[in-house]
Amino acid sequence: MQVTSPAFKQNAARAMADVGLQKALGTAKGAFLTRRAAAVAALPEFERLRDVGRDIKNHALANLDFYLERYAAAVERAGGKVHWCSTAEDARAAILKICRDAGARTVTKGKSMISEEIAVNAHLESNGILPVETDLGEYIIQLRQEHPSHIIAPAFHLNREDWEAEFRRSHTDLPRDRVFAERRDIMQEARGKLRDRFLAADVGITGANFLIAETGSSVIVTNEGNGDLTQTLPRVHIALASIEKVVPTLEDATSLLRLLARSATGQDFSVYTTFSTGARREGELDGPEEYHVVLLDNGRSNMLGTEFGEMLRCIRCAACMNHCPVYGAVGGHAYGWVYPGPMGSVLTPALAGIERTANLPNASTFCGKCESVCPVKIPLPKMMRHWREREFERHLTPKAQRRNLALWRYVARRPALYRMATRAAVAALGLWGRGRGAVPTLPLAGGWTEGRDLPLPERSGAGGTFMAAYAKQRRQNGR
Amino acid sequence: MSKDTILNTIRRNLRRGPLPADQAAMLDGRLATHPRHLIPARSRLPRPEQVALFVRNLEKEFATVERVPEPAAVPAAVADYLAAQNLPSRFAMAPHEEMAAIPWENRPLLEVEKRRADPADSVGVQHGYAGIAETGTLMLPSAPGRPTTLNILPETEIVVLRATRVVGAYEEAWDLLRAENRDALTGGHMPRNVMLVTGPSRSADIEQTLELGAHGPRRLHVVLVDDDPAALPMADASPPPRTAEPGGRPAPGD
Ligand code: SF4
Repeated sequence: MQVTSPAFKQNAARAMADVGLQKALGTAKGAFLTRRAAAVAALPEFERLRDVGRDIKNHALANLDFYLERYAAAVERAGGKVHWCSTAEDARAAILKICRDAGARTVTKGKSMISEEIAVNAHLESNGILPVETDLGEYIIQLRQEHPSHIIAPAFHLNREDWEAEFRRSHTDLPRDRVFAERRDIMQEARGKLRDRFLAADVGITGANFLIAETGSSVIVTNEGNGDLTQTLPRVHIALASIEKVVPTLEDATSLLRLLARSATGQDFSVYTTFSTGARREGELDGPEEYHVVLLDNGRSNMLGTEFGEMLRCIRCAACMNHCPVYGAVGGHAYGWVYPGPMGSVLTPALAGIERTANLPNASTFCGKCESVCPVKIPLPKMMRHWREREFERHLTPKAQRRNLALWRYVARRPALYRMATRAAVAALGLWGRGRGAVPTLPLAGGWTEGRDLPLPERSGAGGTFMAAYAKQRRQNGR
Repeated sequence: MSKDTILNTIRRNLRRGPLPADQAAMLDGRLATHPRHLIPARSRLPRPEQVALFVRNLEKEFATVERVPEPAAVPAAVADYLAAQNLPSRFAMAPHEEMAAIPWENRPLLEVEKRRADPADSVGVQHGYAGIAETGTLMLPSAPGRPTTLNILPETEIVVLRATRVVGAYEEAWDLLRAENRDALTGGHMPRNVMLVTGPSRSADIEQTLELGAHGPRRLHVVLVDDDPAALPMADASPPPRTAEPGGRPAPGD
């Protein structure tokens, strides 16, 4: 997928002006929050489970090489094949080869963000193989030739009218005057359309939420059941997974699963949590005859041991974006790549390169909500700050901003000068904003005030600056 | 080769070589003993309440449940359910020995076909391996007698489960599998496919609003055979053991 993150500002401005999108965001926003809150409240152990989850992932990552080798050996014992892929290109090639060897004409797909990351659909299509997305949200995204705007709800940005319009446009074999009285009618039409696809497909590609070293299993979590049809009906199943998905045992995966659905959709457990281990066994009446795992690195191993290593704990629950005021205002597409929201602002620069994504770590109000809901306690705001620092060091920050920061640093390192300057600034701001109650525009900071007002400086206390108030307090306390 | 590249990059960034033998042995020990972590207290209950929690959670997730006193009562329960839902009396059933031992001939109108599910089937009857009270979850491991397609293809899935097979937490269900399953191919306990099913299929992809019956079954009905005297509802054992009349609560998808 093309990276358009450098255009975050333009993307965001467009998103804010998009009436349909704003309506969709408004409809969707509250649902996730209330459901998660209820599920968490119903499990008194939830907070302690977050520590458990963090520790399991840390243990797995600290021994990642070991567990990957154990995992791969277990897959192969069960008759599966592991394809180790360093890059997106390797993974695309591996998938194409498996499909070709299977003589595949159509491929059904379960939802997989990694499949978006490596843009496998376009690759298959250009090689004459038809990929069909089967997750309801992914299906309409594919019809509309868009990208998902949310990691667990790909069609987060669409309204019911958009679904109806697209189905009428795409499903031309159905009566034109059919009525979509309820949402269920839309779903039924998609179900009918996709049934035939499931049955016709030669290969099914799913993602994986976890890989289990103990058993060599890949785990998928869905509510629709499309992932299970995808991996059960075709002759060949490909599980597409990145290396950091591996955990040691069934017990480890189970503890993380207790966190996943609650954090994601606010369910106690998803409808289908399925563990796949190898191909059809002796005597079985169904299941794929071949089982492949395409195991992708694509830059993740280089995050280990850096200040972004903890990001590899992410279990892709989307709680951080559901609770993010920036995501809530602009939606997922503005982030310009596969992974939106706070997790995307950290992950995208690491995987796609900070040069191409320098704006993302700034797409934050640093309110800290994301970290406080993250089921594996990833310090997302801290990491976004790390990216900002790197961005500054590597001279990726716009010139005017650099000049101002340099000036600020010069002043800030000289306490007397700093106090004088801030006092002067407070006074100037007070004058500038007088009678307006806030400061709607500010010379030299147009970018900042374009989207928000600067509140007027505090005038209580002595002189208005923190240092002044602090000094006054000390004097009053007689120290 | 990609494998070595990936493993070497991992090791370089972890600032070490391959794990020394003693550490590897320790981790192999962890894999072999698979220690449990914090398990929520909610399912640690006396048997009757544990099974009741299982039933309650199933219903919370839009499944329906009927408790019957013995396997011989299963055919009537299935026939009544199908009639109440206006469903055909012909169905695909798991070719499992426990299912075969049920006296289906007591209900001669039922057309029982022991096989995997096909796309044309509207009803599938599956053998339940275990029930997990914690979230009302069914564990359905694949086996020659328990085809996976029965879990996902038919619009209506009926699962016959014995109450003795209801456990509290997921971990207990894994331990059942570890103790009882020996796979000829791997020598391990893990079948090709293990589905943990919690209610009928659904989607919230259209405006984040829940709709039942996405790609999988739109109805999930559990016939719970009360073969565990210790798990029977306590106190006045007099009221009928049925906790849900067939069709008595709105079936998902209606
Ligand atoms: S960063 Fe945390 S909250 Fe965000 S998707 Fe990942 S696990 Fe969930």
